[in-house]
Amino acid sequence: MRSAFIRSLETACASNPDILLLTGDLGFAVFDDFRAHYPQQFLNLGVAEQNLAGVGAGMALAGHTVFTYSIANFPILRCLEQIRNDICYHGADVKIVSVGGGMSYGALGASHFATEDLGIMRMLPGMTVVAPGDPVEVEALLPQIVAQKGPFYLRLGRDGEPRLTPSTATITLGVPNTLEAEGEVLILTTGGMLEVGAQVREMLVGEHGVSTALSSVHTLKPLPEAELLGLVEGRRLVVSLEEHSVIGGLGGALAELFVDRRVASPLLRLGLPSAFPEIVGSQGYLRSALGLDAPSVAGRVLSALGEPR
Amino acid sequence: MKITNGSGSELARFAHRIRRTSLDMIARARSSHLGSVYSSAEILAVLYGAVLNVRPALPDWPERDRFVLSKGHAVAGLYAALAHRGFIPMERLSEFYVDGGSLAGHVTHKGVPGVEVSTGSLGHGLALAVGLAGGALRRGASWRVFALLSDGECDEGSVWEAALLAPRLGVHNLTVVVDYNKIQSLGRVEEVVPLEPFVDKWRAFRWETREVDGHDTEALLAALTAPPTPGTPRCLIAHTVKGKGISFMEDRLLWHYRSPQGDELADAVAELDMLGRDE
Repeated sequence: MRSAFIRSLETACASNPDILLLTGDLGFAVFDDFRAHYPQQFLNLGVAEQNLAGVGAGMALAGHTVFTYSIANFPILRCLEQIRNDICYHGADVKIVSVGGGMSYGALGASHFATEDLGIMRMLPGMTVVAPGDPVEVEALLPQIVAQKGPFYLRLGRDGEPRLTPSTATITLGVPNTLEAEGEVLILTTGGMLEVGAQVREMLVGEHGVSTALSSVHTLKPLPEAELLGLVEGRRLVVSLEEHSVIGGLGGALAELFVDRRVASPLLRLGLPSAFPEIVGSQGYLRSALGLDAPSVAGRVLSALGEPR
Repeated sequence: MKITNGSGSELARFAHRIRRTSLDMIARARSSHLGSVYSSAEILAVLYGAVLNVRPALPDWPERDRFVLSKGHAVAGLYAALAHRGFIPMERLSEFYVDGGSLAGHVTHKGVPGVEVSTGSLGHGLALAVGLAGGALRRGASWRVFALLSDGECDEGSVWEAALLAPRLGVHNLTVVVDYNKIQSLGRVEEVVPLEPFVDKWRAFRWETREVDGHDTEALLAALTAPPTPGTPRCLIAHTVKGKGISFMEDRLLWHYRSPQGDELADAVAELDMLGRDE
């Protein structure tokens, strides 16, 4: 997703000299082409995330569309107050980009996890929260994000995610991307868990005969309520799947929606416990250990359905 | 009010009016921070009376200079200055810090013509100002950026992040004034977290730095209008007195918080009116 992001941003720069990419001294080799082609639209502000958010807000108020770039939770947690007061309160046109959502930087440890980011960003007034599921979504959504003025949080995976969305699909900001519409079970994913969701779907359908629909909820805020209510209607089970704390992310947002709108379908919220992992390992290893790999998720779905595993 | 010739004495009278108006506001609202307003009254008067290129009738004029009040708690002085300059009606000042009002107790841009950015949590304004100034340079715009910081605010690490970056961006269109009244929330700056050698710190960060008497309108005017050094941001360390202008408030921590009522208010009014007559 990182490569798709930077390529798409470069494309956007071709017709928009007001775009500025600010990094907090991260993205080694990622920006080489971008810097070569648009040196006037790139700036490294150093290891200073508060400054990244505050200076970014100032540059946006001076008329730029600013992308602030860092990894994991770095561009949002230390500078949360700058994001709230300087960016959101002013409606500044700043797009905060985090590469390495969830546990992408697995073995680097808990300091490098972004596992509370979606919930925290969702709570900020005026913030649009986007977590694409694959590079196809990134490419489609980036021009739409540029075109819509105001604060965004864009959570990306690290890189190497499969292209799951057909290239012919229409991807629209604020509308879930439905990869499979029919099924008694509906899996809703956000961010890079789309890959696991697709694997789970294959297992449920192929190995257990459970028809399963799959949508990527890339826009978490504003929550696409009407579209989601349409999607969940009549399902035997709705599953939310995210590499994020079960508190405040997709599952939390859906739970709020289900209560508010009296949705009858049961909701199984799958995510991370609100705890720091006590083991070390890659993203894939940690997903397995924490029950977010495809076999674990499929098992939890079958249990919720009361089906044999 | 039209500020006409921008002379030092006229600017001093403007500062006096800012003090008198903000006294009424703060007393009426039973709010605080009068001492912080009074230490910065001349700085605001010189900026709004003679330095800032702004148009009260066109508050969003794209070529306007941008002013960032980073010490957002001194907002009564800013609202008073804006009202005297005609950005907002004088009557609106009664909406300060009251139930159902429209002027919050820390500087708020929403719905207030002439206010560039909202602050209130300290340590935000300099980064915003550096971003605005860098953005202006990048766009080839000629407008300038001025930011007013408090001394206590310089405890915030974010101030120094922005201070480090500003010379790198070459923002000679940025002038920072630090209201160095030497008192912060819980005590004297030198006892809480010493800033000295303060001027040396800014110079070490590669800012063109000068000290100025923050209550001398002519000195402030000269410092604020001196031609910039290409590629270099400017910092003015303005030596000021907390509560300046009211004898029993000067240099006293109490007046960071206390709202003058009853006899205190009457005494403050009498002192200010006496000063006004002397002019």
